[in-house]
Amino acid sequence: MILILFIVILMVAGILAWMVARTSETLARWISLSALLVTFGLSVYVWKYQSSLEGQWIAQFILPWIPSFGISFSLALDGLSLLMLMLTFFLGIFSVLISWNEIKERVGFFHFNLLWVLAGITGVFLTMDLFLFYFFWEVMLIPMYFLIGIWGHENRRYAAFKFFIFTQASGLLMLLAILGLYFIHGGQTGIFTFDYFQLLDTDLSLDVARWLMLGFLAAFIVKLPVVPFHTWLPDAHSQAPTAGSLILAGLLLKTGAYGLIRFVVPLFPEASAEIAPWAMLLGVVGILYGASLAYAQTDLKRLVAYTSVSHMGFVILGVFAFNEIAMQGVVMQIITHGISTGALFVIAGTIYERIHMRDISAMSGLWKKAPFMGTVGLVFVLASLGLPGLGNFVAEFLTLIGTWPASHVLTILATIGIVLATAYSLRLMQKVFLEKTEESRSFTDFSLREKIIVIPMVVLIIWLGLFPQPVMNTVKKLIANQFNTEETIIIESDDDGVQ
Amino acid sequence: MQIWLIPALPLLGSFILITLGSRLPKKLIPAVGAGSVGLSALITIITGYGFIGDSTKVIDCLVWQWIDVGGLSPAISFHLDALSLVFIFVITFVGFLIHVYSAEFMADDDGYARFFAYLNLFVCSMLTLVLADNLVLMYFGWEGVGLCSYLLIGFWYAEEKNGYAARKAFIVTRVGDTAFAIGLFMLFQNFHTLNIQDIAHQAEQQWMVGSQTAFIISLLLLGGAVGKSAQLPLQTWLPDAMAGPSPVSALIHAATMVTAGVYLIARTHVIFEFSPDALLIVGIIGTATLVLAGFAALTQFDLKRVLAYSTISQIGYMFLALGIGAWSSAIFHFMIHAFFKALLFLAAGAVIMALHHEHDMFKMGGLRKKLPLIYWTFLIGAASLAALPLFTGGFYSKDQILWLSLAGEHGNLWFFLFALLGAFVTSIYTFRMLFITFFGNEKTHVHHVPGSGMNIPLLILAGLSTVGGFIELPHSFGHFTAFSDFLKPVLPSVMVLEDFEGIEWIVQLIAAGVALSGVYVAYFFYILKPELADELKSSAADLHSFWFSGWGFDSLYDKLIVKPYVLLSNINKKDVVDKLYEAMVWLAEFFNRLLSYTQSGILRWYIMGIVLGGILLLTISLFKG
Repeated sequence: MILILFIVILMVAGILAWMVARTSETLARWISLSALLVTFGLSVYVWKYQSSLEGQWIAQFILPWIPSFGISFSLALDGLSLLMLMLTFFLGIFSVLISWNEIKERVGFFHFNLLWVLAGITGVFLTMDLFLFYFFWEVMLIPMYFLIGIWGHENRRYAAFKFFIFTQASGLLMLLAILGLYFIHGGQTGIFTFDYFQLLDTDLSLDVARWLMLGFLAAFIVKLPVVPFHTWLPDAHSQAPTAGSLILAGLLLKTGAYGLIRFVVPLFPEASAEIAPWAMLLGVVGILYGASLAYAQTDLKRLVAYTSVSHMGFVILGVFAFNEIAMQGVVMQIITHGISTGALFVIAGTIYERIHMRDISAMSGLWKKAPFMGTVGLVFVLASLGLPGLGNFVAEFLTLIGTWPASHVLTILATIGIVLATAYSLRLMQKVFLEKTEESRSFTDFSLREKIIVIPMVVLIIWLGLFPQPVMNTVKKLIANQFNTEETIIIESDDDGVQ
Repeated sequence: MQIWLIPALPLLGSFILITLGSRLPKKLIPAVGAGSVGLSALITIITGYGFIGDSTKVIDCLVWQWIDVGGLSPAISFHLDALSLVFIFVITFVGFLIHVYSAEFMADDDGYARFFAYLNLFVCSMLTLVLADNLVLMYFGWEGVGLCSYLLIGFWYAEEKNGYAARKAFIVTRVGDTAFAIGLFMLFQNFHTLNIQDIAHQAEQQWMVGSQTAFIISLLLLGGAVGKSAQLPLQTWLPDAMAGPSPVSALIHAATMVTAGVYLIARTHVIFEFSPDALLIVGIIGTATLVLAGFAALTQFDLKRVLAYSTISQIGYMFLALGIGAWSSAIFHFMIHAFFKALLFLAAGAVIMALHHEHDMFKMGGLRKKLPLIYWTFLIGAASLAALPLFTGGFYSKDQILWLSLAGEHGNLWFFLFALLGAFVTSIYTFRMLFITFFGNEKTHVHHVPGSGMNIPLLILAGLSTVGGFIELPHSFGHFTAFSDFLKPVLPSVMVLEDFEGIEWIVQLIAAGVALSGVYVAYFFYILKPELADELKSSAADLHSFWFSGWGFDSLYDKLIVKPYVLLSNINKKDVVDKLYEAMVWLAEFFNRLLSYTQSGILRWYIMGIVLGGILLLTISLFKG
């Protein structure tokens, strides 16, 4: 029951916020904020409660929807979904707070879209019915399109279209694959259903599995994004309002990662083992290519966007390394990247609010005027270069050490990516916060509201760096279940997977 | 004793200073900064007392389980044995003195609290590095010190070039760290653990001497070590790192952090012992570095850069010692070097401060009379660096390396000869620096004479640089081996070849002669005949500028790696992949325009289209039929 509550609260609050905004915009903001606080509180409560449970699944909720087609409103929660939900609501709270002063036009509609994106994301992380999954996949797409297109920066139309076309086109391929799976499963067993658990048992020839997997893969690697399907991302990220960038980087990309873990690998184990070397190769290409592009950017938000491309390379690298350590690294990467990159977008947004620029070559010496912001900026710059003590290190280290047995060459290249990350991260720090201060420019440090946003993020990223174990325990059962069946693959690809 | 307190106290200090920062009363800032390190030093000394007489003792302390997944279970867990005790002693004790010195040195700086916050964080990271019982935690400390080094080199951030030096240091050392990390991946694949003691045990059971895996892993660890310790080929960052305040150079870039590589190799010496080839490479790198850096130091005019190259060169000696398996000699030289090099940097800092941030030695001169205390302490440090015989610590520590590089079981004549050449050069550049700075005519007016807050640390370090050497006396006289005996439970001692037994005193005599003649050469060129030095310089201008630039490594890397990378990423700033999608858009628009021509509204065209289509269809059906 609590599962449906997550989605309903957000959707209802969205509509409410839209309606009351005509009379009071502040009330709309408060409604959104409290809805997210409630859902976050609920998710933390579930997290506290789940550790005593045995088995992978924490809660389930099934309601028949269109029984004649085998579609049901089926939600289920395990450790992975739970972590994703907590991240969603956590960042959701800040996306409302960061828009408090930034968004002044059509406040009601803005919050409606914001909450519906979050509701869509929540649905994606919860649903165990593939039709419903596709439905939620679309639900998060359209409000996002509006968020970018209406409240974005100067080139927002272009960015919004690009975002829409990329995700929509790839989403359609996934729909085809879902339907394919549906009919094959129906033909084999006589039961036509979109139920995830039943479809897991579908008997697929490798050839068919390969094509169906590509359909799913298309949607997820565009979302993740994997080079060369990443070009929507820098535009969308840099044009979106701060809350939009925060949600895009922190959450939307993660739906791609989640899809890989939840659907691609379990549904098509052989086919994904077959494609693994290539997928890992693409991951490494993404790490290096994204890092090199990030180094060249002068637009602060674009720079951060490319660092996402680079960091998401670790996700696909780790998923297709097929072992427990790497997979734990991937889950950590999903969470820590959400926080650290989200925070960098928050900083970019607050700077933009103050001096109306994103060009880092025109900023400098902000540390002197805003030491608090500088310190926070430093923490997240360090997170992005993978400094131990911060969560991102745990993520990347586990991914790499887990990938090593799968492919030495790719691991070495990915590790070199960390040197490149150092280069672009320190360049960001240097250009924005260090060097000579322009004394004439007025620039204020973080306000109380902004501190309320960044302090929890700083605390969390350090906490994840020092005490990552609770998070890893949350997904332990899921990952253990996955690798009990795939033990053989690890051994087979022990040495030099690629080349 | 709770040894976790030793790194935790400076961390606490750092936390207080970061959160409260400039809101603290000014007097409290150094009290927190130096006080926390002082307490750590106190605990270290109390703990260390228990090791005297029984250095086989080991203290393990699990603080919490950090990560535990799939057999990989590094903990925040400390392991104190004789080796780490020597290191934490130097870190906390010398660190404390440097903090005390900084209280006065940095007093007028805006970033007073920030400075101590970083410095405390550094001490914490460095202690974590040497106390770690597993390699992941060590890597944690390893990166932590790298961060603090970055922050402190770029401490005066308003200057663009400081920022550049800081980034260079971080990135170059990270290149080495990459190798280190890959070494960890390999170790974990081999042993399914990253606990240092477990690895040592398992290696002894699984590996044979000369094992290929041991060789590769050793080289990867060496990669990390050369990055951090500024050895060839990753030495280029250290001279630029002098952009930081002098206490930072003393603490991080002389006494402690740069010797992390030495610690790493000594700590994992079991792995290296399985690969004689890797050890030989360590020795060769050390020897090459000590000579190269020595010659580079000869040509510098910036006081701190001389000391920086000298640090690179002295760590070269430590690497040489490691390469010949003389583990405890390397650690001995590390300790003595920490004393005298910290002393030299602090004294140099005092000089630079006295002369209004003047770094150029040739604008100094005659300071012997104006700053007598600085002069005498500097002289003691310089004598130790040049290894002048009998009364300096540096003599005993360096002499041991020289001797074992010839007579040790892994020694060879080349190592010895180059080490001797290095000693000669060391003594020349050291006294060149001393003579130029403190003798001759006064060129810049002294405006600030350091107070007791700076003088006392100098005096203590001067004392340590002298008496520190007496804890390990050579066989030929004294034969007192307290230090190597102390380390014996952790680090095996090196065998001396029979052929050389009994001639140790000859080698010592040669070494002493070389050091003294170096002093004379410096005296000749910089006191007796200064014009000859200039003449020499202009007659070999090319060589001079080559050495001055540190053998051209910077421009080589610039051309080979930095420039191409920057160029490539700038060319691709607009992301070439996006062109693909733009082409698709363009194509779609092109066909759109092309087809829209057909809807012109002119009847003739439509009729023609119908006719042409009809003909086409007829033709096709004819051919098919």
